[in-house]
Amino acid sequence: MQSLLRATRSSNFANLSHGLPKRAFSTSQRYRQATPQEKPVLMKEFKIYRWNPDEPDKKPELQSYNIDLNQTGPMILDALIKIKNEIDPTLTFRRSCREGICGSCAMNIDGQNTLACLCRIDRDGGKNTKVYPLPHMYIVKDLVPDMTQFYKQYKSIQPWLQNDNPPASGEHIQSPADRLKLDGMYECILCACCSTSCPSYWWNQDEYLGPATLMQAYRWIADSRDTAGDARKAKLQNEFSLYRCHTIFNCSRTCPKGLNPAAAIAKIKLELSSE
Amino acid sequence: MMSTRALGLGSALRKAALNPNLVRNQVAMRNIAGKRFIQVESLRPAQNIEILNSQRLKRPSSPHFTIYQPQLTWLLSIVHRGTGIALGGLFYGFSIAYLIAPTTFDTAHIVEVVAGLPEGVKYAGKALLAAPFAFHSFNGVRHLSWDLLKLLSLKGVYRSGYTVLGASAVATAYLTFFQ
Repeated sequence: MQSLLRATRSSNFANLSHGLPKRAFSTSQRYRQATPQEKPVLMKEFKIYRWNPDEPDKKPELQSYNIDLNQTGPMILDALIKIKNEIDPTLTFRRSCREGICGSCAMNIDGQNTLACLCRIDRDGGKNTKVYPLPHMYIVKDLVPDMTQFYKQYKSIQPWLQNDNPPASGEHIQSPADRLKLDGMYECILCACCSTSCPSYWWNQDEYLGPATLMQAYRWIADSRDTAGDARKAKLQNEFSLYRCHTIFNCSRTCPKGLNPAAAIAKIKLELSSE
Repeated sequence: MMSTRALGLGSALRKAALNPNLVRNQVAMRNIAGKRFIQVESLRPAQNIEILNSQRLKRPSSPHFTIYQPQLTWLLSIVHRGTGIALGGLFYGFSIAYLIAPTTFDTAHIVEVVAGLPEGVKYAGKALLAAPFAFHSFNGVRHLSWDLLKLLSLKGVYRSGYTVLGASAVATAYLTFFQ
């Protein structure tokens, strides 16, 4: 290195050519390098639900794409992005964080609702993987469902802290035990996997709130800092909002975050009935 | 030139000049070649909403239970409901039939009719009555335990589900062959 610095400082060409070791910055020659290991081609078929709003009279259909899994990342979302980049740029889906915290890429993969970014590709090349949008939702395009109703329902439970007697100064104080009650509920990312896996929600989407919204309702009922619990419960005390839950447990079975909405709903039911 | 040779970059620069990465960069190529003709229409907000509404009208509903993976959770729920409706229907049907025609549907007549049936039909009929009754009873207990906040974990759901299936099978066999 020092010889090089000396050489570059010097403007004498002859001095330079003698003072420098040859091939100062070159890497070793090709034939001396290890040959990169070529992974074998592992083709897999993805069948993806397609519907285009610009051709509304054409029925939705499954379109096949074949990609080499050894040139793809490990998750379903990687495959979708690869297909969109390299095969069909018209394929439409939602995605953002690619690490299971935004909830954008919720879809039905091989018959089960989950986040595409958390779902590993089944590496069995002989079997195809079917990708549908979230079940029983209106489709905006391809894998993009219309979430308007879902968000409206979430809004209807007033998902914020309501306290008519706030502390004179500082924060609302909560004991560790009370705080513990919120674990397993506050982590919900509202991806709608659970609600759209629920048969009751399929048949009564207009009136039944669905597991995601109900668990959030209970998240505020169970919060020791919230004083609007009775009003919250009174709003659920009707035939449809809550009691369309038949304890099927599809919601807890499918939750990509490992939460248990069915248990939260059972707790609301017990609280409502024991009043 | 001298400095590039001194730094050993000569070959790299030559390579870049001869084999420009540009050719491999499709986005850059597309822009250069001017192959993309995207026409952007400028619309007023009202027109946008009109298009949105016309699309909303024709949106399909995505497929649901035909594509959903068969899981113990919702299959047992459907069976519970089905057996409940069947047992309820039988109960009400028989009661109403007895109200309408008490002489044909009294116990003596039914015993007589059943006694006249061949052995195979008797067993099949018993199994057909016993299976829904056993399953609905056991699964009913499972539902009651959920209402008491028991067995609410996924593990509890699956364990109790398989237990109910096993118990129903045993009970059905017992009611069919030993009663």
